[in-house]
Amino acid sequence: MFQCFRDYYVFNVIKFMQKLKFIIIFLAMVCLNLGLAPNHAVGAEEYEYIDISNPFLRKIPTAIPRFKNISGNMKGRDLSVDLANSVSKTLEFTGYFEMLDRGAFLADPHDPKIVATEINFRNWTVVGSELLVTGGVAAKEEYMELELRMFDTFQGKLIIGKRYKGRISNQRQMIHRFCGEVMYHLTGNRGVFNSQIAFISVSNGNKEIFISEFDGYKPHQFTNNNAITLFPAWSSDAQWMAYTSYVNGKPDLYIRNIKGKSGAVVSKKGIQITPAWVPGKFELAATLSFSGDQEIYLLTGQGKVIKRLTKSRGIDVEPTWSPDGKKMAFVSKRSGTPQIYIKDVASGRVRRLTYEGRYNTQPNWSPKGDKIAFSTMQIGRIDIFTIGVDGKDLRRLTEDQGDNEAPCWSPDGSLITFSSSREGISKIYVMTAFGTDQRRLISLPGPQTNPKWSPNITSN
Amino acid sequence: MRKKLWIYLALLVVIPGLMFTVSCAKKVTQAEPSAEETVAEAEPVKDDSARIAEEKAAQEEAARQWEMASEEDIQAETAAKEEELMQDMAAAKLMFENEDIYFDFDSSALQTMAREVLQRKGNFLFELVDASVIVEGHCDDRGTAAYNIALGDRRAESAKAFLVDIGIDALRITTISYGEERPVDSGSNAEAWAKNRRVHFVIE
Repeated sequence: MFQCFRDYYVFNVIKFMQKLKFIIIFLAMVCLNLGLAPNHAVGAEEYEYIDISNPFLRKIPTAIPRFKNISGNMKGRDLSVDLANSVSKTLEFTGYFEMLDRGAFLADPHDPKIVATEINFRNWTVVGSELLVTGGVAAKEEYMELELRMFDTFQGKLIIGKRYKGRISNQRQMIHRFCGEVMYHLTGNRGVFNSQIAFISVSNGNKEIFISEFDGYKPHQFTNNNAITLFPAWSSDAQWMAYTSYVNGKPDLYIRNIKGKSGAVVSKKGIQITPAWVPGKFELAATLSFSGDQEIYLLTGQGKVIKRLTKSRGIDVEPTWSPDGKKMAFVSKRSGTPQIYIKDVASGRVRRLTYEGRYNTQPNWSPKGDKIAFSTMQIGRIDIFTIGVDGKDLRRLTEDQGDNEAPCWSPDGSLITFSSSREGISKIYVMTAFGTDQRRLISLPGPQTNPKWSPNITSN
Repeated sequence: MRKKLWIYLALLVVIPGLMFTVSCAKKVTQAEPSAEETVAEAEPVKDDSARIAEEKAAQEEAARQWEMASEEDIQAETAAKEEELMQDMAAAKLMFENEDIYFDFDSSALQTMAREVLQRKGNFLFELVDASVIVEGHCDDRGTAAYNIALGDRRAESAKAFLVDIGIDALRITTISYGEERPVDSGSNAEAWAKNRRVHFVIE
């Protein structure tokens, strides 16, 4: 497997992908038989192979010619271009694909062939594409029918074929579902297309929580507190948001239903900050200081203290949970400087994770469970690193581009969102889990900070 | 007639008595009325009723005017005193609220200077027994937001602990940490950072 992946021959990589696909399907079937959710269980075993070497260093060359206008009308013509561009952009967002320039294609752009029997795959292998996505669209009034296919060009084989019907205004959803299929075939999970990103932006002179779709699309204001609001945290079912706000003049903890106003407030003496939901539970950890010392507590979703999780004089903040909810990483000053520690909740054992640097904060546990992203301040500059949960394999992801802070993994573990001051004031960015493909995510005026990626929202 | 005379005589005794009590409280206006008093006391034996009546009237007028004058003086003086006191208090309050204490980077330990300032704040709070105080903890913008709110909390708690130690009722002191959210100087240099690593005090 290893050698296979190091191999630069395109064909071998594709063969590897194919193998992987069968393993994934096999594992998924095993998991289904065991009555487990396939999404979670495939996990660690599987795409570890992709992660061992950085998969983003060698992207899969992919061709997406303009779609075929099946209905033959004006609307269909516009859509045939727009939709092809959208699929291209959406797949490119993942960091796994290299989109080939349409100008270099040999096939006739005015007569796109979209089914295997008509496609001359030589035309596509010659221009270097390993994957080909074709589409056909028929539009009538505000409705459309969209068929999408993905081919392995070297094997001349259909990998995915899907037909979508619906309102033209729902085209994003259709594209996200298709791209989810593509990702499932390549990586074993459906990617990030049903996720959202919460972040802090300034409105009316106050920091408030905003939410956009995974790619920064349609940001909207979530809180209207007219007061400093910080530290958004999604529950693992994405139904609840916990955050800190100074609505009542001091940093209290608010637990709010995403869809309504219902919820709870924790308003003790001192601070209540940095909530982090326990995966799969209606419970969360947060730092409270009513005792006079900043300690991390476990709370119910109603904001009642269940128990204290840290016991050391000095600052303990920023809990983040392992995907199985058994371990919690956090920041503590117990050794004199802020460092990241991991606590095993059942045994109560605590071990120090970070030793390099004198200011390590903002830990965020990867959804695959193997790594923790965090930020380090060195000589006044803040940058993002990842480290294995075993303390090995420390990797620097950002360098020499302003301050880079508050890393947060995408729900599939392939991407990391963060804030950066590389363009002056702080904005929200995204990069792959290996630090490649860094780009701005949100275009809003003013500073934005503290992005938090939601789990995939299944109700969509 | 005789009855009236008695009343006059009684008045003559009572008025200087009143004058005396008033002049005790009032130092500035003392000298002049006492001179009038002696004159008034020497006169009453004369039996020329017209003169007596005239003098009485003059005397009453003088006494009344003097009382009015003295009353005005007291009012003016009290007002002045109160204003002075208020000004003193306002100045003390201003100083109390304007004088922050400062910290080293990533530290909530009180420096010598901070202790001196806190001692002064304690003295002020001893005098102003009804006042409650909000102790705000702040940080510079280096470091990260959450850690800085925790650090600001510790700084505010350090200041509060000092004040409680010297005898201020803990119930009069509320702490709020703003972390790095409210800098006084938005600059990105050592001087600005030093100014922002502070605890600020507000009288409620």
